[in-house]
Amino acid sequence: MAILIIAEHDNQSLKAATLNAVTAATQIGGEIHVLVAGSGCQAAADAAASVAGVDKVLLADNAAYEHQLAENLSQLVAELGRDYSHVVAPATTTGKNVMPRVAALLDVAQVSDIIRVDSEDTFARPIYAGNAIATVKSLDAIKVITVRGTAFEAAATEGGSAAVEAVAAAHDAGISSFVGEEVAKSDRPELTAASVIISGGRGMGNGENFALLESVADKLGAAVGASRAAVDAGFVPNDMQVGQTGKIVAPDLYIAVGISGAIQHLAGMKDSKVIVAINKDEEAPIFSVADYGLVADLFEAVPELDGKL
Amino acid sequence: MKVLVTVKRVIDYNVKVRVKSDNSDVDLSNVKMAMNPFCEIAVEEAVRLKEAGVASEIVVVSLGPQAAQEQIRTALALGADRGILVQSDENLESLTVAKLLAKVVEDEQPGLVIMGKQAIDSDNNQTGQMLAALTNMPQGTFASEVKVEGEKVQVTREVDGGLQTVELNMPAIVTTDLRLNEPRYASLPNIMKAKRKPLDTKTPEDLGVAVKAHTQLLSVEPPAERQAGIKVASVEELVDKLKNEAKVI
Repeated sequence: MAILIIAEHDNQSLKAATLNAVTAATQIGGEIHVLVAGSGCQAAADAAASVAGVDKVLLADNAAYEHQLAENLSQLVAELGRDYSHVVAPATTTGKNVMPRVAALLDVAQVSDIIRVDSEDTFARPIYAGNAIATVKSLDAIKVITVRGTAFEAAATEGGSAAVEAVAAAHDAGISSFVGEEVAKSDRPELTAASVIISGGRGMGNGENFALLESVADKLGAAVGASRAAVDAGFVPNDMQVGQTGKIVAPDLYIAVGISGAIQHLAGMKDSKVIVAINKDEEAPIFSVADYGLVADLFEAVPELDGKL
Repeated sequence: MKVLVTVKRVIDYNVKVRVKSDNSDVDLSNVKMAMNPFCEIAVEEAVRLKEAGVASEIVVVSLGPQAAQEQIRTALALGADRGILVQSDENLESLTVAKLLAKVVEDEQPGLVIMGKQAIDSDNNQTGQMLAALTNMPQGTFASEVKVEGEKVQVTREVDGGLQTVELNMPAIVTTDLRLNEPRYASLPNIMKAKRKPLDTKTPEDLGVAVKAHTQLLSVEPPAERQAGIKVASVEELVDKLKNEAKVI
């Protein structure tokens, strides 16, 4: 039995979510191979080779894989995947985009967003916005899985010494092309990897007021998040959204400011270790999950908090 | 150009689900059902393409029990032209749904298939990608903008770090993200008119697809309850608790 992990990377370095997927694969058990498919991605492959627990790295370096377009990458993964018992990827937007396509090409189901490994074929995953946890047994010969990063520790980036093996297969479906991207700039920690997050909701009133949160974030080394209401109102860009349809986070400390706590938002943050809610409505549902709740006007409480840190 | 949209009947997103006491599944008896929110966005996008003169006909498809007709009628009231229900009372997994849809695509030959990015019940986020694989079409998943230009469609996608734009040869599959549009409400006259629009019913057997189980649901449990928290009276107390009790700052 061997497991193929699809690495997420930017051709230079591995994305942190790949390390969580390695840990999940270790819990499944078996030899672990990592596929690094990209263009000019030797550095990312070398990084994967030194990750603890990785036995072999497959390097597919080809222009067709540069932006990891699903149409091209899925053909490569399906071709390689036939020789594995498990094909695993992090449940990031890239993993979610490519893996179901791989599963269909292999004529097997996919188990999405697993949070627990019970055995080689049985996994737990949240359904209904995290309001129920389903334990699912895969009946297929090849298990195609995406892994929720926050549910597994990151594997150590050092200690491994896997061999890097080149894969020649070039698949260019020729039906899609990359046009461009707009990457949101941020000097703060990445939302999904931050140990502290401070998020704002509709109660923030406008985008400028997010500066209040940013000041606190700077003092705590925190990332800044938002609820869907804040994103929809145009206060902040949508890649800051925490929730069922945004990012799933589980930091040590989550501070929800001016967020009512709708089911869809809670789905994205209720596995945080400590939750703090600051809201002027004492009936807000966020208080039912908060470890520490402060009923107060955020425009007074947040600057005061900022001053006391 | 013909546009195919898919809609799923799911529990209303405002309902808090309850897990059955025997842990076999969630309890859906006497629960309000509705169209999956992402499917509403898919229908809206199709209607806008028709209003812009890009789409000539909108066909709406749903798979599931007889009652899913209600969601098809809703889509018809919003502007779709005709409906297809693939009726089955069995549990249809994503791969089976994709195989059934691939047959519908083969029959209908749409230029564009618009689907929601995920259903809020299973939270799988798979069917669109699987359909794309089975029909060998390109996919524009998590779309926040769709622009049809001749034989190609440009899709702006919401990805982890920001936005990415891809160009796809048509026919293509697009799955909708929340930011794509703001769905409209159906007006009463349109709801009345929708009752007279054609709705075909088929079965998986008609389409020649065997319903196969690829996964087995062993149990469903409520998530671990959080310990009840406390309300603090002041910012000072909050900072003190975080430093000395929770030790997180």
